[in-house]
Amino acid sequence: MTDETGSAREQTVVGHHHDDLDTTTLAYSGQAPSHAVMAQRAHRFGTWYHAEAVLRSMRAFIVPGLLNAVGQPLLYIIAMGLGLGALVGNGVGTVDGVDYLTFVTPALLVSTVVMSVSGEMTYPVMAGFKWMRTYYGPAATGLRPAQIAAGHLLAVVIRFVVQCTIFWVIAVAFGATSLGWSVLMVPIGVLAATAFGAPLQAYAASLEGEGFQFSFVQRFIVMPMFLFSGTFFPLAVMPVYLQWIGWLSPVWHGTQLARLVSYGASGPGWLIAVHVLVLVAATLAGVMWARRVYTRRLTS
Amino acid sequence: MGDLSPGSRDVELTPVTESVVEPVISARELRKTYGDFVAVDGIDFEVRPGESFGLLGPNGAGKSTTMRMIGGTLDRTGGDLAVLGMDPGPQGPTVRAHLGVIPQQDNLDEELRVRENLIMYGRYFGLSRSFLAAKADELLAFAQLEAKAKEKVQSLSGGMKRRLTIARGLVNEPKILLLDEPTTGLDPQARHVLWDRLFRLKEAGTTLVVTTHFMDEAEQLCDRLIVVDHGRIMAEGSPRELIRTYSTREVVELRFGSARNATVVAELDGVGSRIEVLPDRVLVYADDGEACLEEVARRGLAPVTSLVRRSSLEDVFLRLTGRSLID
Repeated sequence: MTDETGSAREQTVVGHHHDDLDTTTLAYSGQAPSHAVMAQRAHRFGTWYHAEAVLRSMRAFIVPGLLNAVGQPLLYIIAMGLGLGALVGNGVGTVDGVDYLTFVTPALLVSTVVMSVSGEMTYPVMAGFKWMRTYYGPAATGLRPAQIAAGHLLAVVIRFVVQCTIFWVIAVAFGATSLGWSVLMVPIGVLAATAFGAPLQAYAASLEGEGFQFSFVQRFIVMPMFLFSGTFFPLAVMPVYLQWIGWLSPVWHGTQLARLVSYGASGPGWLIAVHVLVLVAATLAGVMWARRVYTRRLTS
Repeated sequence: MGDLSPGSRDVELTPVTESVVEPVISARELRKTYGDFVAVDGIDFEVRPGESFGLLGPNGAGKSTTMRMIGGTLDRTGGDLAVLGMDPGPQGPTVRAHLGVIPQQDNLDEELRVRENLIMYGRYFGLSRSFLAAKADELLAFAQLEAKAKEKVQSLSGGMKRRLTIARGLVNEPKILLLDEPTTGLDPQARHVLWDRLFRLKEAGTTLVVTTHFMDEAEQLCDRLIVVDHGRIMAEGSPRELIRTYSTREVVELRFGSARNATVVAELDGVGSRIEVLPDRVLVYADDGEACLEEVARRGLAPVTSLVRRSSLEDVFLRLTGRSLID
């Protein structure tokens, strides 16, 4: 152990002479609003502030993201709609009273965003708490943990508004749907995504470490949901003992709503209400669960 | 309207003089337990406005736990805590809007660029983009990262990330800056530059609360500190007072080789006022170190190396706990 103190003092003095940094304005510029105002703004707009931060860090992936947002609908519409559709058209003719491309497009829109949300609300959530600890930055500001949770979800919602809009434009361009009410497929797609994404976000936040859980979700929840939610054929065609998957699946509820606005698929009014109710309820439950988990983890 | 003198505006803007007497932080019987484990065991302290207050202790002493309770990002188990007159439990977000928090572990957004990190963080305080544009440049200068402004955080060295984290904590011009082990990971030169800058921030009116397990940091940075161990306060005072109370003016460090250090103690009996045996050396506490060293030579004990130095907070800690700060 040597006497460091003396040399430290010397260096401090040297440092003083060398830089002309104005520490006074750094501590107090007179230009900033009062801290009470800062607290008030964080209270009101904190969710948006965090959404902005999340969107900014997503920007690094904007090119692959856009390629994905454009490429996925193109591939699906060509493969399922035109390829498989030609086969179906030659065989049974129409499905649900329309040609196969028209039938399958709303389902493809909904299921692709629900599949995307499973990526957005798992690993990035784990990164926020564990790998990058990015949630702990805003947690040390005037934001509440609930705003951090909601801000992350909001950023994802904004991303999906763009993604669904792109899908819809492509669908219109391919004649898979017509201009008009079909634009409501955008909010329906986003709602279906949050109905799955918000609870998933809360679940991901409740995990201390990632073992097998996320790939389990991918294989045993997302994939069956994609295949057995009336996406490629009406739910009623499936054996009864598999139909419950559709009833539990945001993809089916979203898809049925999307079909309604896309080509006017008919159904009883109560069922439409059930679709909306399930999606809204699942979203709200997820948001509330996430709020609890984020609050617990960011204050303990 | 026309006769608004600059002076009248100054009164409104003066940041620190409004609460000279009231402590900015006061803790009474502050407690945090995790099941059976007691992290903070009923501590009392007050931080006065404009001072630099330290929590010195080894890793696991409860320093970071205390810091997080001050910022309201950790719920306390018991006791009273007031920060700027508010309870950081229920009023955590409002309290935090007044604070600058530098956590022990960096949590920068690695996807963003260096300057963007500062701006985005400022957004959390509702600060305008125009304000933040100017602020970010000042903070980059503070952190000596002007040349890295457009780099991704991923590409920075550990020390640079640390400096950026510290600069980020200043974005809202906090009244109180909470620094949790601020210079861990910095090279010696960067530490001294940082200490200098923090000292000047304090001169400009910012209250500093620093946790550290480096005694030199505590000596350099803190006006007053508490020595913490196992969640309890062992002593409190200025570095100078603590050294005067718990140690002698000087210390003689003798190394006899690890095999002999323990056995030679008997022969040192009566030399200095107190002796501590560490695995690698023997410490003899005395007011006159040179005289001690002469006595050691007179007794025919030939240490491999010897050194006389001033007492430090390390010695205070050793005296209080029987252990070194850094294990």
